[in-house]
Amino acid sequence: MNKVHLQLRVNGEDVEVAFAPHKTLLEVLREDLALTGTKHGCELGECGACAVLVDGKPMLSCLLLGLEAEGAEIRTIEGMADGPTLHPLQAAFADLGAAQCGYCTPAMLLTAQALLDRNSLPSRVEITAALSGVLCRCTGYLQIFEAVEAAAQTMVQRSKEEAAGGRGE
Amino acid sequence: MAEGSDRKLNVVGVPRRRVDGRAKVTGQTRFADDLTLPRMLHCKMLRSRLPHARIRGIDTARAAAAPGVRLVLTGADTPIPYGILPVSQDEHALCLDRVRFVGDPVAAVIADSEEQALAALDLIAVDYEPLTTIADSEQALATPEPRIHEYGDEANVHKKVAFDFGDVDEALAGADRVFEDVFFYEGNTHLPIEQHATLAAIDPDGKLTVWSATQTPHYLHRALTKALALPAAHIRVIATPNGGGFGGKSDPFNHEIVVAKAALVTGRPVKICLTREEVFYCHRGRHPVLMKFRTGVKNDGSIVAVHLDTLLDGGAYGSYGVASTFYTGQLQTVTYKIPRYRFRGCRTFTNKPPCGPKRGHGTPQPRFGQEVQLDKIAVALGIDPAQLRLQQLVEPASLTANYMRVNTIGLGECIHQVVAGSGWKERRGKIVSNDGMARGLGLACSAYLSGAGLPIYWNDLPQSGVQLKLDRSGGVTAFCGATEIGQGSDDVLALCVAEILGVPPFDIRIITGDTDLTPVDLGSYSSRVTLMMGNAAIEAATRARDLIAPAVAKKLGVPAGRLVFAEARVFDSEDPERGMTWQDAVIHGEAMHGTLGTTGSYKPPMSAAKYKGGGVGPTPTYSYSASVIEVAVDRATGWIEVVKVWIAHDIGRALNPVLTRGQVEGGVYMALGEALMEESAFRRLPPKLSGALVHKMPSMLEYKSPTTFEMPPVETFLVEQPDPRGPFGAKEVGQGPLLPVMPALANAVFDAIGVRIDEIPITPEKIIRALAAKDRRYGPSKFPEMTWPEALKVAPPWEGGDGTASNDKPKKPRMARPGEEGGPPIRPEVRR
Repeated sequence: MNKVHLQLRVNGEDVEVAFAPHKTLLEVLREDLALTGTKHGCELGECGACAVLVDGKPMLSCLLLGLEAEGAEIRTIEGMADGPTLHPLQAAFADLGAAQCGYCTPAMLLTAQALLDRNSLPSRVEITAALSGVLCRCTGYLQIFEAVEAAAQTMVQRSKEEAAGGRGE
Repeated sequence: MAEGSDRKLNVVGVPRRRVDGRAKVTGQTRFADDLTLPRMLHCKMLRSRLPHARIRGIDTARAAAAPGVRLVLTGADTPIPYGILPVSQDEHALCLDRVRFVGDPVAAVIADSEEQALAALDLIAVDYEPLTTIADSEQALATPEPRIHEYGDEANVHKKVAFDFGDVDEALAGADRVFEDVFFYEGNTHLPIEQHATLAAIDPDGKLTVWSATQTPHYLHRALTKALALPAAHIRVIATPNGGGFGGKSDPFNHEIVVAKAALVTGRPVKICLTREEVFYCHRGRHPVLMKFRTGVKNDGSIVAVHLDTLLDGGAYGSYGVASTFYTGQLQTVTYKIPRYRFRGCRTFTNKPPCGPKRGHGTPQPRFGQEVQLDKIAVALGIDPAQLRLQQLVEPASLTANYMRVNTIGLGECIHQVVAGSGWKERRGKIVSNDGMARGLGLACSAYLSGAGLPIYWNDLPQSGVQLKLDRSGGVTAFCGATEIGQGSDDVLALCVAEILGVPPFDIRIITGDTDLTPVDLGSYSSRVTLMMGNAAIEAATRARDLIAPAVAKKLGVPAGRLVFAEARVFDSEDPERGMTWQDAVIHGEAMHGTLGTTGSYKPPMSAAKYKGGGVGPTPTYSYSASVIEVAVDRATGWIEVVKVWIAHDIGRALNPVLTRGQVEGGVYMALGEALMEESAFRRLPPKLSGALVHKMPSMLEYKSPTTFEMPPVETFLVEQPDPRGPFGAKEVGQGPLLPVMPALANAVFDAIGVRIDEIPITPEKIIRALAAKDRRYGPSKFPEMTWPEALKVAPPWEGGDGTASNDKPKKPRMARPGEEGGPPIRPEVRR
């Protein structure tokens, strides 16, 4: 079987990888790059568990070929924290019960991050709509909504403080 | 044993990040399919496309010669039957000579890659002789031949049970009113987002290790021991954290045995991950149940007797089905006083995926019927449905007619909370709507086990064990066989140990679900872990504290009884400055006693139900829930919008309120899915396509489950009345809060538009049909005529009974044969 050999940009790093051309981005991430934080629940585009950010947009990695991701900026759950420091969304999910079994959590977190990147203080309705493509069987979603709202507040507060700190200098 | 309700608590009750929270939000939790090993092979299974057929022959030669294929297995390679219950050892990892449902596995291919294994499946030729297919319970009752199994109470009847707790006919004859209702509850499935996956490998020393997405590593260990004829000591089962279970990963599964066998044969690691379609066929989900309730009441609404008949469609194998059958009857008595009770249950075999335990195991179906019927009774008698329930709650510390022991009961408080929260008294039947939708409120209650009183196989051993290791570093490691399925069992273990030893939960290292390293815990089912593991953890931690205390007391020169373990210190309660760090305390303990280690174990109290069948239903303590639901229904389309859910749960004590609330809301969510849309429906393919009975919707797109859009606001009330049998007073929360939701919703629909939907799920189509029906009802019309075995006659406690049946035939004692439950092990070949 002929593998394609190409360079992908994953979590801000360029990685070289060789894989069979029919492989999905999900398979390339999990099997060829050992980034198993990206999950799968159906591999048919139904459950949303495999969502990753492609150029900042949540995309189902099971419906995207690895080849199609060439040249794009891919972000997976492994790239969400800042070194050892959790992203505010991660901290809020952990603190507020938004992750029970944790299986849909990477997709939920990345999808929520994409939402907050374009809308810093989304309404409950906007959060509901943004996360509607990811199924969760454990939580009933409510603690997830609350965690996104709490993280949004934290992030807005932080950027205010940073802006204030910036003026002070 | 349950540690001090009077003690000051530092960790218990504090909302807190769970100990495994960080792993879950960073994607570092390692689920079964995330594991890979060098030289790992991949397994795919060939599954029957016929629902019922004899296997005349299997030709695997072409598959075995296909590229990359290392091994092909068939039934002859795994000939020993197994099953979760000792009484129904009716499964083979690969079918021997018969397939019983579409999806039954007949062969497995192990290859270098998943693709190669998949491609080779097409090269296997199976010669089938099709047999008559049995599609549902009524057909099973009417079709004695061909038998799906050679065992069972009757031809295609797996189990029939009948009990009379007092003279029910006499009581019904004396009732002011007798209400008779038939209900149907369609089957549905767990749908964990994680597909089942298993990895098996041979260790360097030649032993077998199996990592699996299982809720019950101990039972899997036993099944592997039997099916592979290996000594238990040569098998290690590691339960990986489950990406959701809900009961769907509690049976030992054929794919687990197949990859273990393949690893033994090839000497290489072998992994399988089921496709979503295969997960649907694996099933073991909610049984479809037809029910008939005859309930006699006095004019004031008090119940004089209940007669319940249930008919369960079990699917193709036994699974937990015998227990499920009993569960459709045993918990009806623990909420309201029922002076006399008749329960008869029947489980049939059909050619569909096997049913088993799903959240609530066998109890949501009759609970739906009971609570909807009570609503009808309340309406007919002109009594407020909340009042009807409140006036006849079971007393605390009492026995029911069927000898279930109720300890604490917070149900009254639960009802008061949801009635007050929802404005029930002011708003029921009176909600004004200006959007064209009809609005209504419905109420229902329920109860559930905090752990089954008896294990799956008979033994008098602890049901949960915890081991602690402490050393001079101050480190504490807690070992327990319990399985983390998302519910937070690791957090409960850390929390219980931390509370007793006075250190932060995060400082406790947790090792769980590993049959080599951890003491046995029976697994994450029957809502048993918090209560049983929690009590075992408290015992182990208390013993550790009692070892360390005298050493510290000696060093400080204060009586051990005055020492307090808190804030990572051990100090004198009368002079808190006088003390030492936790680490120093452990060092003194180790110096005094040598290497420090303690154990704790838990076994539920003896049941009062001594009749045959009385083993299902007892628990250390029942949890209770009440719910009020508000709906808005569109009369034109039948569309139902759930406006809000109020739910109160008698939790005893919320150990970590963040997780407790999550369990309540998760239960409500799953219940709403069942109530409104989820159903495991089957259809026949046209004859030219084999006439097979196939799953109507084996995909997540077609099997509708609630998304974020369908989730209504939920107001949760935790009723905390500590139960002395629970750890720090805690009861279960994983399953109970699901139960009142379906009937509360049905009752709300009635309040809104005056129709009765006596069937789950409640869909727009059924609403429209009920609106058009003369009797303003949609639901089954009758329960089939059938014969029942002679009922076991058990006099209720208030009629002089002692928990035994007057006509129970004592079983002849028989020595168990080798390989049977309780018998000597089959002499296995010793692997070198």
